[in-house]
Amino acid sequence: MRPARLNLLTAVAAVAALTAVTGCAEKSGSGDGALKVAASDSACEVSKTEFPAGKLTLEVENKGSKVTEVYVLFPDDRIVAERENIGPGTKASITAEIKAGDYEIACKPGMKGDGIRQKVKATGGGAATKRSPELDAAVAEYRKYVQAQADETLPKAQAFADAVKAGDLAAAQKAYATSRIGWERTEPVAESFGDIDPKVDVREDGLEAGQDPAKDWTGWHRLEKALFADKKIGDEEKKLADQLMTDLTDWQKKVGQAEITPTSMANGAKELLDEVASGKVTGEEERYSHTDLVDFKANVEGAQKAYELLKPVAAKNDAALSAELDKQFAAMNTLLDKYRADKNGYDFTAYDTVGQDQRKELSDAVSALGEPLSKLAAAVAK
Amino acid sequence: MSDDTSTTGSAAEAAEPADSAAASSAASASVSGGPSRRSVLGWGGAGLALGAAAAGGTVAALSGDGDPVPAALSGSSVPFHGEHQAGIASAVQDRLHFAAFDVKTKDRAELVQLLKDWTRAAERMTAGLPVGEGAVGGLPEAPPDDTGEALGLKPSRLTLTVGFGASLFAKDRFGLEGRRPEALVDLEQFPGDNLDPAKSGGDLCVQACADDPQVAVHAIRQLARIGFGKVAVRWSQLGFGKTSSTTPDEQTPRNMMGFKDGTRNIAGTDRAALDKFVWVGDEAKDGSAWMAGGSYLVARRIRMHIETWDRTPLQEQEDIFGRDKGEGAPVGKSKERDEPFLKAMKPQAHVRLAHPDTNSGATILRRGYSFTDGSDGLGRLDAGLFFLAYQRDVRKGFVPIQRNLSKNDGLNEYIQHVSSALFAIPPGVRDKDDWWGRALFA
Repeated sequence: MRPARLNLLTAVAAVAALTAVTGCAEKSGSGDGALKVAASDSACEVSKTEFPAGKLTLEVENKGSKVTEVYVLFPDDRIVAERENIGPGTKASITAEIKAGDYEIACKPGMKGDGIRQKVKATGGGAATKRSPELDAAVAEYRKYVQAQADETLPKAQAFADAVKAGDLAAAQKAYATSRIGWERTEPVAESFGDIDPKVDVREDGLEAGQDPAKDWTGWHRLEKALFADKKIGDEEKKLADQLMTDLTDWQKKVGQAEITPTSMANGAKELLDEVASGKVTGEEERYSHTDLVDFKANVEGAQKAYELLKPVAAKNDAALSAELDKQFAAMNTLLDKYRADKNGYDFTAYDTVGQDQRKELSDAVSALGEPLSKLAAAVAK
Repeated sequence: MSDDTSTTGSAAEAAEPADSAAASSAASASVSGGPSRRSVLGWGGAGLALGAAAAGGTVAALSGDGDPVPAALSGSSVPFHGEHQAGIASAVQDRLHFAAFDVKTKDRAELVQLLKDWTRAAERMTAGLPVGEGAVGGLPEAPPDDTGEALGLKPSRLTLTVGFGASLFAKDRFGLEGRRPEALVDLEQFPGDNLDPAKSGGDLCVQACADDPQVAVHAIRQLARIGFGKVAVRWSQLGFGKTSSTTPDEQTPRNMMGFKDGTRNIAGTDRAALDKFVWVGDEAKDGSAWMAGGSYLVARRIRMHIETWDRTPLQEQEDIFGRDKGEGAPVGKSKERDEPFLKAMKPQAHVRLAHPDTNSGATILRRGYSFTDGSDGLGRLDAGLFFLAYQRDVRKGFVPIQRNLSKNDGLNEYIQHVSSALFAIPPGVRDKDDWWGRALFA
């Protein structure tokens, strides 16, 4: 739909216009960070053609007689940001978060055609603009949280592994779900180390073609099947318990180095709800142990932690969103509490006893929280 | 949207880059590319040029020669604002996505805000525009406001029609118990009904009709998304192949049994019949001021036992309907639109039993669609009629007709009603400040 063609006519026009570019750029020199775009029926003047990567604000003024629209475009014509219906004599602002690289600004008087174009360049290391101290603090705090979750998980996982190695079926079954809580709270970060997640948390149907469940399937869910479906512990399972500990120790060591940004935190929170929506509400994740609600709760807790840390900024940028998130987190936790007698414990109702109507109610609650949570990244990036 | 500007529009567009770039003091290398849907739709007819080009570059064939273009092909839009909601008397489109919602919020103000948000989104989508800030061009880190599967598609005569179910008026919910219209009855259990409660009822409904199924599905998807946390989809139904039309000059469509059905439907242009049988009158006439200009919608999922029907002899099929299968003429007549002579039909003939003359004049406006939801696990086609009927008062419309049919209709051996719902359809959204249900919540 959007072929990049440079035909003769436009190329000639472009050469003729290039000489004017420098003159235009020198006119500007405004130091307030915003890029001013003066649009008219025949021109699209930008106040500077180079600016630092990160948050870009275009202050557009339509000095022409036609309604116009202004685009920030990638060189291949994909749209970075746009604003349409800018009436004659009116002003509008466009904001975008952009990485270092080449772009084009296009004004389209009359809102048609390819527009009058201006090449611009975003400079710098590709990093976003300097973050606010509040966001830096949120990231630092979240990093600590992630590390603490891993640190606290290791002894719990060890207790689980020890029970397996002792051949104590009942104790191993009991220790299974709690050994996973820290992992489930921080899963998006754990998943960022591509090799650990498939080793510890893959389900049998998640194996790739050519992989042999007997050899290639490791981690919690293989043990889950042995403990809850086959109800037996053999030498193989004991070896798998050791392997799980090795892989989790690897996770504990690496987790502190994960790359975390405010938007990745926000989207990580959303991903935790996605996990719930796709795997837990359906009962697929813990199909043998039926402890899905424990994972569910842990996913929600992890998402809520990320949100709470970002909230000071999110509430400032989008008060309505943060009010909605407060409400939906509260509603979700109230609903989950219906499935455990002890509000401080993690003994949840077995998911195979949760009826279809209740699953629908849980699923609706996940949608109700997941949808506004998907907007958190935008609120943080504003 | 007009359908006569695409040729000139696209010519002007082709000339534009050279003109504007040459005149510009600040243009650089201009890379030619198609306009985005949003910019295109901002200036009317050009959306057609884009759509036509995508379909194979037949811009001129669509509009350049001045020939009238069938509405379905032009992809035109149906006005959203008006005295009545679109999607009732307006020409029936080819496709349907119908959804019933449960309201989850307990907060009346939040429900009102949702209806306002839905109205604003519907205004945009019926005009062929994406909701909110669109599907592309926003923050790369955030999901777009619009899901994008309708980008580049025409408005396709999308209509969105909203209704309120009786459960919304329940005591201690939104303070609406005193406003439930008498005509919003609890439908009785008709003989032979096998209703699935999970696929029946609902606090709200949205009927999305369009000539392109993707446009109809997109519309319901956006509304569901806007509604998360406030409402949840209770059940939904896709439909294809309209089974009746509100435009009598078009050929009457056939249902899944192969018969023309709905020949005598009310024409969308027949104001007298619409006022008499479809639109709710003022408070003095119909008892509920907020419903004036609205209507009542009965939705029934009617499963057909396709395989046994297909093994039924032709004569028996024709006797059951009371029409011949080829032409659609009533028994003893030669043309589809010949006045039926009811007494010539078998006492159990569908047309005879459904006819106004058999039902003390009861008349409804039908807008149903065929559906096929794959097969049912026993290898039988899960198909039938998703029956939609609008009327001024169900107690004088659907209910007496269905009482008669459910008791006597020869078709009953081959059909089963499996889901049922009744909604009060409020009047139309008048203008940009109005919203669905304003009079109800006033």
